[in-house]
Amino acid sequence: MTSRQNIESIDQVHQKLAQHDYIADRSLTTSIFLALKLRKPLFLEGEAGVGKTEIAKVLSAMLGRALIRLQCYEGLDVNTAVYEWNYTRQMLEIRMMEAAGGINREMATKQIFSPEFLLKRPLLQAIERIDGIEPVLLVDELDRADEEFEAFLLEILSDFQVTVPEIGTLKAEQAPVVIITSNRTREIHDALKRRCLYHWIDYPSFEKEYNIVLAKIPQVPEKLAKEVVTFVQELRKADLYKLPGVAETLDWISALVALNREDLSEEIVNDTLGVLLKYQDDIQQMQGELVQKIIGRLNTESE
Amino acid sequence: MTNETEPGHLLRNMLLFGRLLRSLGVNITPTQILDLVEGLDHLKIRKREDFKNGARTILISKHEHISLFDRAFDLFWQARDQGALLDLDMRVLVPPQQTEKKKILEIAPASDEEKDLPDRESDEPLIDTVYTYSAREILKQKDFADLSPEEMHEIKLLIQSMNWQLEQRRTRRKTADSRGVYLDMRRTFRGNLHFGGEPLKLAWKSRKLKRRPLVVISDISGSMERYSRVLLKFIYAISNGLDHVESFVFSTRLTRVTRQLRGRDIDSALDEAIAAIHDWAGGTRIGEALKTFNYQWGRRVLGQGAIVIVISDGWDRGDPQLLSHELNRLQLSCQRLIWLNPLLGAENYEPLTRGIQAALPFIDDFLPIHNLSSLEQLGSLLERLGEHKPTRHQHAEIQ
Repeated sequence: MTSRQNIESIDQVHQKLAQHDYIADRSLTTSIFLALKLRKPLFLEGEAGVGKTEIAKVLSAMLGRALIRLQCYEGLDVNTAVYEWNYTRQMLEIRMMEAAGGINREMATKQIFSPEFLLKRPLLQAIERIDGIEPVLLVDELDRADEEFEAFLLEILSDFQVTVPEIGTLKAEQAPVVIITSNRTREIHDALKRRCLYHWIDYPSFEKEYNIVLAKIPQVPEKLAKEVVTFVQELRKADLYKLPGVAETLDWISALVALNREDLSEEIVNDTLGVLLKYQDDIQQMQGELVQKIIGRLNTESE
Repeated sequence: MTNETEPGHLLRNMLLFGRLLRSLGVNITPTQILDLVEGLDHLKIRKREDFKNGARTILISKHEHISLFDRAFDLFWQARDQGALLDLDMRVLVPPQQTEKKKILEIAPASDEEKDLPDRESDEPLIDTVYTYSAREILKQKDFADLSPEEMHEIKLLIQSMNWQLEQRRTRRKTADSRGVYLDMRRTFRGNLHFGGEPLKLAWKSRKLKRRPLVVISDISGSMERYSRVLLKFIYAISNGLDHVESFVFSTRLTRVTRQLRGRDIDSALDEAIAAIHDWAGGTRIGEALKTFNYQWGRRVLGQGAIVIVISDGWDRGDPQLLSHELNRLQLSCQRLIWLNPLLGAENYEPLTRGIQAALPFIDDFLPIHNLSSLEQLGSLLERLGEHKPTRHQHAEIQ
């Protein structure tokens, strides 16, 4: 377990991430290091499947902290993001008080609006310490939420406190580690981004992607790994509607390993291209000549 | 870099760097500068690369600014090493605007002829005094391409005074509403506490309404030249009349002009938009332009049930198959696809060009946009689009 205070250098963060099978380049490591040191939320943007969400998971494991995840969607409101009263239990409680004979209304109100009847949703959980340690809060795919929620999140991120009218203000003793991700399906408001450190995660280089593959799927034959990564890297240069992310590369390799493949052939690529490409147009465009071309190049290289 | 790392010197350099970035249009707050100074303290700046990465993550909050930042940073350090910091002019990083002045004047003679006329605001009553009702009706019917400069000015005012409304959609967010259909537990429980928690009075909520986003993609190629000026004014008016409007123009390639067209002053907004466009009145490649839109912008601006308006005469020099393919994709990802064609106003017009033929199967509404009354027609369509997508038929790819 490493606490935030114990982190001294970028190299150390890099090493720790690698221990948890997360391969990050130096600029991402720098962003993570500074986010921990400056206690600022880290805003990660990039195409789908480049490992944004994974960072939060790895940080939680690396720092030995609980991970609290808030998946965003349109219409996400305070009741589902912060807190809600447990109405059923509250009503039951009133019935029981009545059964026990007569109730003092003022006392009853006070009693049923106590923390005991509060359902804590992710943001409130993140503000409270869990076992005395601040958790890692992941606000995933913020671009899916609407602007109303964004404004609300901005408020929370500025001072990490929540006011429940019946109870009072709850404030975090120390800011949790916050990771916000966005696939950029819409622009997130500047005010929110400026409160965070910003990092754009690009598709990885050949070397980085190869290392990710080896770290995540150690049983992969070396030749297969090399060929698949070369293939995917070539594919990302093609004119496709949706380029495959690292997640797709890993899925593809898992599929090929399950099929006991040692290397790529035109036939197997055509049969399994659906793991990599998710649009019919893209598959159609690649199948045939283009796949042939890349495979041909792979073969001449290995000879 | 020994003496530069001492706090005072460093802070001064950072402030200077921040100021230079601002001059490039990157918005930086003082808090960010302070964070940077604190962050550098943690980094102990051993490597310039770390410094650069750190400064980037703290100061930049937009993907578009990353490469600008990297170049600015390199330039700054180069100047620092040469002791030439104070003479540094970052503006060399912004590409000079390579617009053809002559073309601009033809298309948007915003200044000369219009300067003689009084200001827009004080001008409003002029419409009534100069133009009688019937004269205005005639003007409404007059083709945009045949307007005299005075009439053009008049039209501009009329377009600006139009009131744009866009059909609303029901979002997934709920608000209190006594006629709603969803039970509001929170308010119900609160409101019935004095009945001992017995739910006697129920509180309701309903789904919140929100205006749909609008995307306008306008053709400004050579064949559209006679209309481009008025159309830009129309896009300006609609951008400022509604809240979520994204605007693009194209001839051979696509340019986003959303930001330029969102200004308070119409003339400077138009000037800025025109300066941003690099291929005025070139040939038309509608398919290519729509492909660029689909690949680079579609996923970012077509969320939340967007309405898309394409304005073009359909004279296409590109590949019609590409056009129908991309238009199909566009139609599938939006709530409604409206194609406005200025030629449709002519009585004897028939949509026979290859471009229009390729496009027609994938268009929800095909309407004219050649005079003011066609704009009004569009306005009333936008107000009553309905909640559901129009029925669309599947089409085999046109070979």
